[in-house]
Amino acid sequence: MATYQNIFTQVQLRGEPEMGVALPPGSEARIGEGGFVHVLGLIGQAQIGPIYLGWTGLFSLIFGFTAFEIIGLNMLASVHWNPIQFVRLLPWLSLEPPGPEYGFTPFVPLAKGGWWIMAGFCLTTSVLLWWVRTYTRARALGMGTHVAWAFLSAIWLFLVLGFIRPFFMGSWAESVPFGIFPHLDWTAAFSIRYGNLFYNPFHCFSIAFLYGSTLLFAMHGATILAVGRYGGEREIEQITDRGTASERAALFWRWTMGFNATMESIHRWAWWFAVLTTLTGGIGILLTGTVVDNWYLWAQQHGYAPHYPATGVIDPATLGSAGK
Amino acid sequence: MRRITAFALATLAALSLGGCELAHKVSGQNGYRGTGMDQVTVKKVAMAKDEVPPPPYDPPSNDGPRARESFQNLQVLGDESAEQLSYTMAAITAWVAPKEGCNYCHNPNNMASDELYTKVVARRMLQMTRNINHNWGAHVGQTGVTCYTCHRGQAVPAYNWALPPQGPNGIIGNRHGQDNPIDATGFSALPQASLALYLTGDPKRDQNIRVQSTSAHPSPADKTSVMQTENSYAVMVHVSKALGVNCTFCHNAQSFGTWPISTPKRAKAWYGIRMVREANGQYIGSLANVFPAYRKGPMGDPLKVSCATCHQGKNKPLGGYPMARDYHALWGAPGPNTVPATLPRPLLAPPPAQPVASAAPARANPAG
Repeated sequence: MATYQNIFTQVQLRGEPEMGVALPPGSEARIGEGGFVHVLGLIGQAQIGPIYLGWTGLFSLIFGFTAFEIIGLNMLASVHWNPIQFVRLLPWLSLEPPGPEYGFTPFVPLAKGGWWIMAGFCLTTSVLLWWVRTYTRARALGMGTHVAWAFLSAIWLFLVLGFIRPFFMGSWAESVPFGIFPHLDWTAAFSIRYGNLFYNPFHCFSIAFLYGSTLLFAMHGATILAVGRYGGEREIEQITDRGTASERAALFWRWTMGFNATMESIHRWAWWFAVLTTLTGGIGILLTGTVVDNWYLWAQQHGYAPHYPATGVIDPATLGSAGK
Repeated sequence: MRRITAFALATLAALSLGGCELAHKVSGQNGYRGTGMDQVTVKKVAMAKDEVPPPPYDPPSNDGPRARESFQNLQVLGDESAEQLSYTMAAITAWVAPKEGCNYCHNPNNMASDELYTKVVARRMLQMTRNINHNWGAHVGQTGVTCYTCHRGQAVPAYNWALPPQGPNGIIGNRHGQDNPIDATGFSALPQASLALYLTGDPKRDQNIRVQSTSAHPSPADKTSVMQTENSYAVMVHVSKALGVNCTFCHNAQSFGTWPISTPKRAKAWYGIRMVREANGQYIGSLANVFPAYRKGPMGDPLKVSCATCHQGKNKPLGGYPMARDYHALWGAPGPNTVPATLPRPLLAPPPAQPVASAAPARANPAG
């Protein structure tokens, strides 16, 4: 019984590494024979490899590494190549996009944001190649492409923030710096500039789907663990062949909240909630500054932000000369 | 395994407390219910008493012969009584140069002489104080300010700032004036020199702090970028730290820019920002050629005031103690600029202070 109450997997299988189905014609060879790592087996599958790299994987890694190096070396240069300061100040260091004076031109001096454009280009190329990889690998295994489309939803938000919205605004200065605290400062400044992002309805959708995702994840994970003693982890078989685990899980939710998802539909719920988080988030960001410039005023106009009693304070700038 | 987990959890809990302020706090509501209009104050800081120096002696009357009849070269205080003048001078000495004494500004052989640069500065600063008390009631109210509000017994107020040096051009050592965990930006990665963009008093340099659009939809009138907004954010962090208050002391976080839901404090602060600009631009700025190089910032501009220069972490400087009421001479009209357009060269630095002990170390710079 304790087997199902532990956060780590208790039973690990050992045998010949599983090599999977034969690859379709035109595929590259898989790399490695496969091996086992006990520690990884505690949290997932113990078998590592074989790995399929292919040209998309290879170039994705090369472009990703290039972006990583551009960002890291710029940060290292910003502290006079001092490795100790680099570690000490890393959360504060940044690679900033070009200033407003450069508009949206791709030709910016490297030190003035050109490095940011190059890092962004390499990172975008890397991410898109990795997307192609998730798509083609799913097809090669005869799978659906759900993972690829979910990933594309995240890429959408990434590109809206760093490229699509700056394109419509005509300024690189609207996009996000690379850096840990700098990108958080950007987030706060973005909300300040555009009149409080909490009044952006797509921001609301995004938050609802984000929190909903975590709720669904917790509900589903808990349910399956709870019926694990009856074989509940064999979810997919139980879509068509409901065992006692599935019956009990369904009954539990019907008892507690009157409705239950099925072994299949719960995964649709989770997939759509996750995908809609970044999809609606990206729409909200894209509308900001292009269509709506002050979300608070917009929300007041549409009866969406409450009117609180006025404090009677008047803008002193409308009262004539200051302080005289 | 259980022991490791318990140890890890205990460590995590201890670490997560590292960023917490453990001191006692008081909280109060300062706006409509349910809008997050709360002020949380650290009790120890809010209740801390400021040491306000008492008047040098009982304030004299302002009757009797005018000071200008007894003293020469009085350009600001001539309208006060002679008794009032001596009283004010005694107070200023205790506020600004308690160790150095009268000779910090005056030539003891000729008190009327303007040969020391500190005297030219002090006269202009007297005008600045009068200007603040006389014209800026919208910010300082009936409380007013004295030299001590900023100086606190030091010749140079502790909280000063100057224009930042030009950063490097390339990427080596270039953090674009930000990304540095310093107290002034609340240890964020925000720009560090935001004061130089908003509070210089130079209308060609000072930007509008307001960044939010006044219309719901984009218009050519509102083109402030997110990058520029970070400067505005940083200067607001300065105000918040200088006053020891949250954003919601002045603003309703629902909409920072909207006046009808802001608190009356925000209007006070608005006048304060203009007051600081005037102090920096018209008063300190007019002394640019008077200060010696070692009294200036890296760009050669005089050291300037900010909100912190007076407030020093309190929403009312010196806890709101109405110190200025005892000094009649600080409330009059400031009068026209007393700094001569062309200075009689050379203005001298004050002599070094009398060594307190015989073994006092030699000073690299002239005193003060």
